[in-house]
Order: sequence, then structure tokens, then C-alpha cells
Amino acid sequence: MRELTLNTDTITAVDAEHSVTAPPETSSRRMTLNMGPQHPSTHGVLRVVLELDGETIVMAVPDIGFLHTGIEKECEVKTWQQAVTLTDRVDYLSNLSNNLVYALAVEKLIGDIEIPPRAQWTRVMMAELQRLNSHLVWLGTHALDIGAMTVFFYCFREREDILRIFEMFSGQRMMTSYIRIGGLALEPPRGWQQVVGKFINAFPGKVDEYEELLDNNPIWKRRTQGVGFASLEDLLDLGVTGPMIRAAGMKWDIRKSEPYSSYEQFDFDIASRTENDVYARYRVRLEEMRQSARIIKQALEGMPEGAWQANAPKIVLPEREKMKTQMEALIYHFKIVTEGFRVPAGEAYQAVESPRGEIGYYVVSDGTSKPYRVFMRTPSFGNLQALPALLEGRLLADSIASLGSMDFVLGDVDR
Amino acid sequence: MLPEQLKNHPAAVALDASLPEAITGGHAEHGEPTLFISPASIVDVCRYLKDQQKFVRLSAVTAVDWHPADPRFEVVYLLHSLEDNSRLRLKCWVSESESEIDSVTGVWRAANWYEREIFDLFGIRFRNHPDLRRILMPTDWVGHPLRKDYPVHGYKYSYQHDMDPTCES
Repeated sequence: MRELTLNTDTITAVDAEHSVTAPPETSSRRMTLNMGPQHPSTHGVLRVVLELDGETIVMAVPDIGFLHTGIEKECEVKTWQQAVTLTDRVDYLSNLSNNLVYALAVEKLIGDIEIPPRAQWTRVMMAELQRLNSHLVWLGTHALDIGAMTVFFYCFREREDILRIFEMFSGQRMMTSYIRIGGLALEPPRGWQQVVGKFINAFPGKVDEYEELLDNNPIWKRRTQGVGFASLEDLLDLGVTGPMIRAAGMKWDIRKSEPYSSYEQFDFDIASRTENDVYARYRVRLEEMRQSARIIKQALEGMPEGAWQANAPKIVLPEREKMKTQMEALIYHFKIVTEGFRVPAGEAYQAVESPRGEIGYYVVSDGTSKPYRVFMRTPSFGNLQALPALLEGRLLADSIASLGSMDFVLGDVDR
Repeated sequence: MLPEQLKNHPAAVALDASLPEAITGGHAEHGEPTLFISPASIVDVCRYLKDQQKFVRLSAVTAVDWHPADPRFEVVYLLHSLEDNSRLRLKCWVSESESEIDSVTGVWRAANWYEREIFDLFGIRFRNHPDLRRILMPTDWVGHPLRKDYPVHGYKYSYQHDMDPTCES
């Protein structure tokens, strides 16, 4: 074993070699700054190479891929139903939206499968709870980045309630895999109405609380208003979706424009602003929380009775009792578990409005029991492409506010 | 040649009238209009659809590997028109020997990262792309993971000894 000795001579030598020498007179004032990959404000492993001219960002080059786990490749070796669990892991804050869009895309391919209203409404309710969860985490951490610490604790308090509801429904707090092809994973638990009702009645007041905490804070306003502007044309051209595009004056929400899973039966408004800055994005997300609360309330009050899974014995696992007593159910169970069900050859694209924007799954089947290709058009990937447009030409100090206002999840970017 | 199912699709009909050579087929399965475009005219088609047919958004670009068929790759463009609230899918077939297609970054800047992703994971090169580098995999990675002949767990069982020359990997 080598002994560690402290040799002051060497240290001095090494030190001298690496010491920063004063730039010669002729060199430019530009400096390259590495932000990340382990930067607390990038919420994941994102590296942005910034070229600075004094305090101004001249060039910003995002470097992604640190969290690439090959989920799309992995989907190709799982059966159709198994791949649901992988869609959870794309984005830890909108796992139910990912479950939902995958299930909808595959159900579109299957064709003759009808999802009962109760399952559709539960899907909507869970997706909206998920939106609250995501926006709460965003608001808390975004405020924390800018320096308002208290909001973080309030937001995470409410988020905890939502995670408890998820646990009650699916047995899992984060990786719920609750929405499956053909319906839901489990029947909604007894007494969920009380739990969700208690939460959702108190929630709008909580949103007012956050609003009061931040809107009466002059520092918050001065750090967000007029910061992170990019024109609507630029944002559209760069593929930005979701709250960011709505904060730029575009009233476009997939829940309204291409309703799925019975969203057309719910009454809600599209939140939008025109200022197109960090503050506007905050206002849009705050308003979306209120609208989501409205949707959840409607789902709670008007939840249809009936089946929570489609009547498709070749796709949906039979009830435990039936499997033990009926020959046919046992055969279906065996076939689904061992081989998986087959999906007719073809392709389908399904888009839903996730908390971050358009999630689109392009699913290709070759007629076997495994997906041939699952392409995930994730909102964070599309949105992050606009990062240079938001940063370049602006002050370095504003970069954190701009970055946070995009609300990306790096797992969602790298997949 | 415009497919039968898309005879009533306004954008497809207009495209067929203005660039008759470009469309080689298509279908509308599951109510999703899909046009097969000859790779040589993809940029013209995209520019026409964006400027004349209001497909302001490029939702995504992706690819499918149909190994060992020839042509092997299918490059898929997912277009979206906000004004008409309609989606259109374009497809180009690219053979393995060529593995090259024109980039549409000049039409939508959004194509930039999606094309880099396809280059990274499928190995299809995009002509006139401003910055064609790997995006998700490390820069020194060998191979293109989403190809069908690429094993799911890579070519090596373990990567942990990569830095140690005394270990066989």
C-alpha cells in the first residue's frame, strides 16, 4: 500500500501549474462557465455551458443525457402491460399522465376496447391530482431557487396529502402504475371520497395562501416580472408546449382541443396570460391548480358507478375469485401472465396535456405481445430546447429564475 | 399518388396539387392521417405544409427500425396545426446503405434536438444539420442503441472496469 505523504514541494509545484494566470491584455473579456451537472437549481443533472461577457450570457449550450436510461429500448422487450411500469419512471412528477397516455395509445391500437366511465373519470381525477402534485413541487422549488423559502414547506405539506391519496389508491406514493391498459390497476379503495373530499375542499384556500405569500413579496415580483421573455413565435418554432406557451398568450390546452378520457364532460377554463415572463408562468400554473381543483371536485361529485375495468377478458386480468373457480378465466389469466396479449399491427399517436405540456406516445405494433417501438415525445425535452432563447443576452443572475420557470424534469428529458 | 383514405383531407390534397411527386402513399388508420413522402422532397414538403397549410408546430421527429427489411429505417415527422387543430404524420423510408436524409431544422428549429436524437440512437445522418452530435449517449459511445440489432443490455456485461486496464471487460 502506498503511503500518503505530504510533500509541500510537490503541492507548490502542482499549484503553480494550475494557478490562474492573469489573462494577457489582448484576450477578450469572455468567460466560460459550467453550470451543472450537479447544480442545485437545475433539479436533476443538467449541464449548461454558459459563455459570459461580464454579467451577460452570450451563449448557452445545454448538455443533456446524464439521466438517459434507455426506457424506449427497454419497452421493446417487455410485454404491453409490463411497459406501463416503465412509463412511470420517465417523469417522477407526472407518472399518471405517462401511464394515461401510454394506455390510451395502446387502447387506440387495440381498437375494440371500451373503457367504462368510472375508469375514465378516475383516470381524469388521478391525472389532475398529479398535476397538483407537479405544480406544487414546481412552485416550492422555484420559489426556493429565487430565495423565498417558506412557500416550499407549505407546498410540500399539501403534496404529502396528495401522495397519501396515491398510496391509498395504488399502494405506491410515486411510481403508481395505476392506469393500466384496459382500465385501472385496482378498484378505487373504500372511503376515498372522504379523503379526496377533505383535501380538495381545503385546497383552494391553500392556493390563496401561496399567492399571498408570493404576490405580496416585492423581491419575488422584481425577480420574476419581465424576466425570461421569448417571443411566442420563437417558442412555437422551438417546440415549447404547456404552461409556458399559455403564459405567452396562446390558449392551447390538449384537454380542450383534443379531449381524451372524457375531459369533454368537465367544466374548466384554460389559464393563460400574455406577459410571457417568469411571473406570467407562475400565474398560469397557479390558475391551473385552481382549475384542477375544480375538475377534481366535479369528478368527486359526479363519479359514475360501475365497472372500473373494460370487459375484455383477453386483455384485462380476471378477478381472483373467478380465476379460482372458472376454467376459462384461469386460461385467460395464464395466457395474459405468461405470454401477454397481442396488439394488432399498426401505429398510433396519442397526446395528452401533462403538467409540463404535450406528452405524446407514438406506439408501433408488429402484431406480437411486445411493443415494436414506443416513442415518447416528452414535454421537457421539447421545452428545454428553448433554453438558449430564454437565457442568451440576459443577465446571469436571472438564469435561475428563467430555468426554473420552464419546469422540466431531467428524467423526462433524457428518458 | 394520394391514397384513397386521404382524398378528403384538405392539407393532403393541397400538398398533392402543389408537389405531385412528393407523396408516395399513405393511410388514415385510427383516424390519424399519415403520408409517405419521398425522402428527396421532405424539406420542400415541410416548408409547404408550414407556410401554406399552417402546420406551425413540429411536435416531434422520430424513427423506427424495421431491421432486416430494406429500406430499413422509417423517419416519422409528427406535425400539428394549431389553427385547424389537426395532426399530420409524414414518413420517409431511408435505406441502411444510405442512412441519410435532409434536415428540416431550416423549417422548424424544434427539429434540431429530435434529429440529433435520431442520429444518436439510430445512426441516421441529417444533411445540413447545424450541430449533428450525439445528444443522449456519451460522445465516445460506439453503436446506436435503438437499432433492433443492438442488444438491450449493450455489448458488454459490465462497464464498471472500463477505467482499469488490468481487468478484462
